[in-house]
Amino acid sequence: MSLSLHRQDTAASGSAVVENPRRLVDTIFRIREFGIIAVLVGFVAITTALQHRFLEAQNVKFILLDATIFALLALGETMVVVSREVDLSVGSVLGISAYISANLFGQFHGIPIPLVFAVGIAIGVVCGTVNGAITAVGRVPSLVVTLATLYIIRGIDVLIVGGGQVVVSSLPDSFVAIGQSTLAGIPDVTIAVAVLIAAGAYYLRSFRSGRELYAIGSNPEAARLAGIPTAKRIFTSFVLSGAIAGLAGVVWAAYYGTVDSTAGTGYELTVVSAVVVGGVAIFGGSGSVVGAAFGALLLETINTALYVLGISAFWDQAIAGFLLICAITLDHGITLTLTSALRRRSPRGA
Amino acid sequence: MAQHDTSPDPTVQPPPPPGLPVLSVHGLQKTFGAVRALVDGSIDLFAGEAHALLGENGAGKSTLVKILAGVHRPDAGAIYIDGRRTVLDDPGAARDAGIAIIYQEPNLFPDLSIAENVFMGRQPLRRGRRIDTSAMHDKVAAVLDRLGVRLDPGRISRGLSIADQQIVEIAKALTLDARVIVMDEPTAALSAIEVERLFRVVRSLRAGGAAVLFISHRLEEVYTLCQRVTVMRDGAHVVTKPINGITSDEIVRAMVGRDVVNREAGTRRQGGQIVLDVQRLSREGDFADVTFQIRAGEIVSLAGLVGAGRSEVACTIFGIERRDAGSVAVDGVPLKSGSPDVAMAAGVGFVPEDRRQQGLVMSMSVAGNIALASLARLRRHGLIRSSVERTFAADWAARLQLKYGRLTDEVSTLSGGNQQKIVLAKWLSRAPKLLIVDEPTRGIDIGTKAEVHRLLLDLADSGVAVLMISSELPEVLRLSDRILVMREGRLVAEFSGAEATEEGVVAAATGQHVVASA
Repeated sequence: MSLSLHRQDTAASGSAVVENPRRLVDTIFRIREFGIIAVLVGFVAITTALQHRFLEAQNVKFILLDATIFALLALGETMVVVSREVDLSVGSVLGISAYISANLFGQFHGIPIPLVFAVGIAIGVVCGTVNGAITAVGRVPSLVVTLATLYIIRGIDVLIVGGGQVVVSSLPDSFVAIGQSTLAGIPDVTIAVAVLIAAGAYYLRSFRSGRELYAIGSNPEAARLAGIPTAKRIFTSFVLSGAIAGLAGVVWAAYYGTVDSTAGTGYELTVVSAVVVGGVAIFGGSGSVVGAAFGALLLETINTALYVLGISAFWDQAIAGFLLICAITLDHGITLTLTSALRRRSPRGA
Repeated sequence: MAQHDTSPDPTVQPPPPPGLPVLSVHGLQKTFGAVRALVDGSIDLFAGEAHALLGENGAGKSTLVKILAGVHRPDAGAIYIDGRRTVLDDPGAARDAGIAIIYQEPNLFPDLSIAENVFMGRQPLRRGRRIDTSAMHDKVAAVLDRLGVRLDPGRISRGLSIADQQIVEIAKALTLDARVIVMDEPTAALSAIEVERLFRVVRSLRAGGAAVLFISHRLEEVYTLCQRVTVMRDGAHVVTKPINGITSDEIVRAMVGRDVVNREAGTRRQGGQIVLDVQRLSREGDFADVTFQIRAGEIVSLAGLVGAGRSEVACTIFGIERRDAGSVAVDGVPLKSGSPDVAMAAGVGFVPEDRRQQGLVMSMSVAGNIALASLARLRRHGLIRSSVERTFAADWAARLQLKYGRLTDEVSTLSGGNQQKIVLAKWLSRAPKLLIVDEPTRGIDIGTKAEVHRLLLDLADSGVAVLMISSELPEVLRLSDRILVMREGRLVAEFSGAEATEEGVVAAATGQHVVASA
């Protein structure tokens, strides 16, 4: 009885106390989704003001295409990161998938394109299965496992490719067209990936197994006590991340046309950056694939903007690093603010 | 839940339970490394009974609970459900067998909503196996309503107070529709009113045919709620009896295997000079206009319901939280707002409510934790020699009769009571002028509790001022020279230790009567 009195009292007499944190909290929730878009819009505006050609259709298409591959990789990476793991092998998986799948056209003339996509994805699934099995069953930290497979897969790639490469002329026109065709100025690939990301977002939000990934990342011990098959979920997230990286490899081959053993080198760091800049907590539990996709778009936009403005590529990496620190600091700050705001909002306090 | 009746429960004692037990375990054994945690875990639970499981920390209760939860597999022994032998492979299997567990330490997903915490892994589904979020929120709202708390099911659980976290755990168990509900010290973090609500819920669960296994260190609760009691000691079953066939002295003797003399508060001391002077301390939304003083050698308690602002006052005095107005002085030296360093330098020690998260570095050694607040003193040329640290820690461990394996063991391996002793040792080794203790005996067995009480009394005798926060009234009444009662963020009453009664303090804390304010 007196507890409820307490609550009413607080609400009535101290409305400033109750209302402000509530608005603050709501705003912060929105910032988490939209803050990155605000930064993106600001960056585009400044760059366009300085260099009008920045928003030309051709330039936008290039930005979108480059960002699309990272956004696709970020989709898989997000599923891994929300469950408090990390997949550093995505760049190598993309590389080996790109070469083997593109090379199929030279080996088997007239091979159907869907089959090539299937092979690329299958390669990714194999790599993801290895990562997932060692991490989930062997209980080795994924940072170590995927760092190792990053080098191992790249090594296998180099063994297969040797000094050779696949060139555009060996690829069928219909395959190359995948990376070129557009709908209302937006590349088809970008639209397809956007649909995939939307599906991924829906899966993570509305299905038990999706929510369980967040639960595992938020508190692994509690997840186990809740009867969640944590090993199975983590294994699946690595297989998915691998499959997506394999798919990204085929798209990469279609887009760039020329594939050698260095394809996708260093992509893992860009992808992890994009995921974190996009608001996914590096220690799991929160964040969205949509945010991660915008993170990829932001990094790619900055990359191109600096190029367009004639600024050294060195600054590109420096700025990406700076953004990363901002994102992590902001994330930490938001968590603290949120915690204290929720404490105050909670009628009984801490 | 199936039953939603809030009608008064039958207060008649049920007849001795007939028929087959819902859950029966016999001769359970479990060994961890060299530690025999469970030697003979045996208990029968019948439908419709609340059965108390008592024992000191380390008696094997938690291991038994974890076996019922499917977390641990027993090395030997058998589990029968409805007379059929059952193996509980994992937490999912226990859940499917109709066993719900409310753990002593709330273990939530901080990033997820309250509703998701309650239903994780078994969310209600709609077409296409998608989660039915609105149904989930409605169900959780209904359960929270039944528990009489107003919490938004959609709010993320980060930042919830321990009491609210415990409520979420209870809500989780209630939505399981379980036939066996194990409650491992569910009341430790709850205020008196919330405990009463929980008891009402337990009684309606019983009426609905569920069996409740109730673990608590508070014997009054056991006598209020339970029909039968089982006592364990050193991993083995000692006795099972109807509650009205056993006295509390007999229970305590069965638990500790010896007689425990509850030390009565000695002669009330005349306070010395003023050590802590708090003037018109305020913090928006938490408490306002709090003024009091503590003299050397005094034990002063802050009593009140959970959420009355007691812990917040303590945190603000120590400087963990900033104050909005007012002043705090120790020995005449004013403390800066939001600065624990200054408070520590002025001779303030703080034993927080949540010892696992705030009081200890769980992954650090016993020695490391004891020495943590004294590193500046142990330092030679900026370096800490581990031999010095160990000697220092061993000395304090001996003074507090700490039970541990080696000084290098992680504190997470120790029992709750011994962990609390480490937190106390950490601060006592700094020879504080003022020691603030928040729920010093929460989740601690009776034997260790008595030791902590004696420690606090000795401390006061040696001239230290003690500010204690406790939700356990018998403890408050036994130890305190003065009792300050808070309600809704304000000091509403003051009692001297001699004149205070349980009824008077409760009345002031709940505002049921107008009490003459000091």
